[in-house]
Amino acid sequence: MDVSRPGLAAAALPSAMPVKRCPVDGMQLLTACRVGWENGAQLVALWACDDRDRDRGFTLNVVLQDEDGFTLLEYAMPREDSVYPDLAAVFPAANRMQRAAFDLVGIAAQADDQRPWVWQASWPIDRYPLRRDFEASPKWEPGQEEYPFVRVEGDGVHEIPVGPVHAGIIEPGQFRFQVVGEKVLRLEERLGFVHKGIEKRFESMPLAEGHRLAGRVSGDSTVAFSWAYSQALEAISGVAPPPRAAWLRALALERERLGNHLGDLGYLGNDAGFAFGLAQFSRLKEDVLRANRAAFGHRLLMDYVVPGGVASDFAPKHASAMRAECATLGREIRTLRGIYDDHDGVQDRFRNCGVVLPALAAKLGLTGFAGRASGQARDLRCDFPVPPYDVLAVRKVASERGDVAARVALRFDEALESLRLIRAIIDAMPEGATPDAVRVPLPEAPAYRKGLGVVEGWRGPALVVLETGPAGTIRRCHPHDPSWLNWPVLEHAVIGNIVPDFPLINKSFNLSYSGHDL
Amino acid sequence: MLHILRQIARTGIKSEAPPAPDSEMIVLSRLQERILRVLGRALTIRQVDAGSCNGCELEIHALGNPYYNIEGLGIKFVASPRHADLLLVTGPVSKHMAIALKRTYDATPEPRLVVAVGDCGCTGGIFGESYASLGRVANVIPVDVEIPGCPPTPTALLQGILAAISAAAPAPVSSLPTGTDTPPSPITSSM
Repeated sequence: MDVSRPGLAAAALPSAMPVKRCPVDGMQLLTACRVGWENGAQLVALWACDDRDRDRGFTLNVVLQDEDGFTLLEYAMPREDSVYPDLAAVFPAANRMQRAAFDLVGIAAQADDQRPWVWQASWPIDRYPLRRDFEASPKWEPGQEEYPFVRVEGDGVHEIPVGPVHAGIIEPGQFRFQVVGEKVLRLEERLGFVHKGIEKRFESMPLAEGHRLAGRVSGDSTVAFSWAYSQALEAISGVAPPPRAAWLRALALERERLGNHLGDLGYLGNDAGFAFGLAQFSRLKEDVLRANRAAFGHRLLMDYVVPGGVASDFAPKHASAMRAECATLGREIRTLRGIYDDHDGVQDRFRNCGVVLPALAAKLGLTGFAGRASGQARDLRCDFPVPPYDVLAVRKVASERGDVAARVALRFDEALESLRLIRAIIDAMPEGATPDAVRVPLPEAPAYRKGLGVVEGWRGPALVVLETGPAGTIRRCHPHDPSWLNWPVLEHAVIGNIVPDFPLINKSFNLSYSGHDL
Repeated sequence: MLHILRQIARTGIKSEAPPAPDSEMIVLSRLQERILRVLGRALTIRQVDAGSCNGCELEIHALGNPYYNIEGLGIKFVASPRHADLLLVTGPVSKHMAIALKRTYDATPEPRLVVAVGDCGCTGGIFGESYASLGRVANVIPVDVEIPGCPPTPTALLQGILAAISAAAPAPVSSLPTGTDTPPSPITSSM
């Protein structure tokens, strides 16, 4: 972003990505967001920090992304009663992030919507967990608060409340549908049920351990988040992982993408009444997870990416097995794609269902593969490639249709592209200089430094902004899942569809609750 | 249609023999022959995510794939606790899910079995206990069997589930009633 246009001074922030860091005041913050929006920037994340112990009051952090890279805007607010401008006027997705920032740090936006977002009466409403002087009391009982859902009034309108415990093996959250007959007039989400204090927990962990917690922000994106965390810490420490480790990280990331897409393609068939698809794709996913376990020691690849590299090397015997796997999977996926494409019943459910057109996707900041299915052709692997993506030349897939069928097609395309990348990585991966050259030790990181890591996970960009404390501690760590941006879009995607299509639409996005609730 | 049939024939039967129950996962020995007579080998499970990172859910999903074929063992996931014999609970239990979890437990008919899943369900795991987390499932509702792992593999999950219904007093198959007393459990559309 050209920060000179809103008249800002910028410094570089440690990161493998191009990141500018700009101190702003309230007016500059709003201006920077407006100018950014007018020039194609999107909101990535917003969160707050308590920096009173360093005589800086509270800090509001906003990350924007455009074609030049990332910009971190930092507004140091002197007192706890200071307010900042409502950025939801520019980026609607800021609404929930602002409300969460208030619940956790107690810093408010000048916005009409002051409903709590993360807070649910399990701690006093005037205590803020991410303040440094916060002390939890064992006397605080789990609470439950009536949430002021917006209601639609009118003849024949009724409500369908769903959750938090859902009718399947799904994460918890509440959905409130306002319907006439089968038609959905409005859907409102209420999340926060799996808020388990991840950000506070980071602050009691050593820097060298934080990747394990980052890898459990959202279990389906464990590689993406542990890589993003490691990227941030490595940038602060001024250390690059060994070349072979970078390639192995990409191998793990593409296998995570492949596994998730295969699983969801099965459930998408199932939700369209085609159980054959679930049986077939869940079998293929299992094959991928078993190969993961053989090669990396863990089916979901947890704790494989570590600061300084990866946990273990990749034995040559797995290379030939994985090449054969790629050939078989490629054949199977193409066969199944043909079956999905030729099946009138399935296509009838997929097409024109849950449509998000490009203009709405741009306004709401729809990101990741769902964004690419609605004309938002951003992919960090192509736009800001870190090794080895700089030589892998990822083929960016995009569509303008924005319906379930487009998101399904994207998943097929990206799964096949991941297979190509897995094959290319195995073939071109550099040998390590020594047998254990997949991990370098990190020197103790300097205190009070910020670093940013961001990785294009299967769902979208997984962001981690890390600040070090003295003696190898974590001062603050904010992991930001792409689901923050995509959850509000789901509410729009459902409007005008029928209630039985909701599971299908929902699954076509498959958003993370845990990654959002933290 | 021909493509579908050909693919089914080419795939063949992938289901594997189930693992033996792991009696070491049993923490509450209240499993009696009476319970086993009621449940037999037709078991209905209500899964509750009480705060997990969703890693455990991925592996619970895998139980349904053709390799583990959990439905082939007579075990079925149902949409309501009213239809369930067993609650499969992942954790840590977030404070925000504690009330929903207790209500789900109360809604499950006796003799309700509870299986806690994953390191977080068993101990609180990496999240532990905090202002927002109550830690292990047993801190909130009584637990019969604990399945550790981060996440536990589908095989470990099966071992734990089978331990809950058969390890303590394995009843000979011939002594089981021919039908089951569990109510029919229609699976509604999942959200």
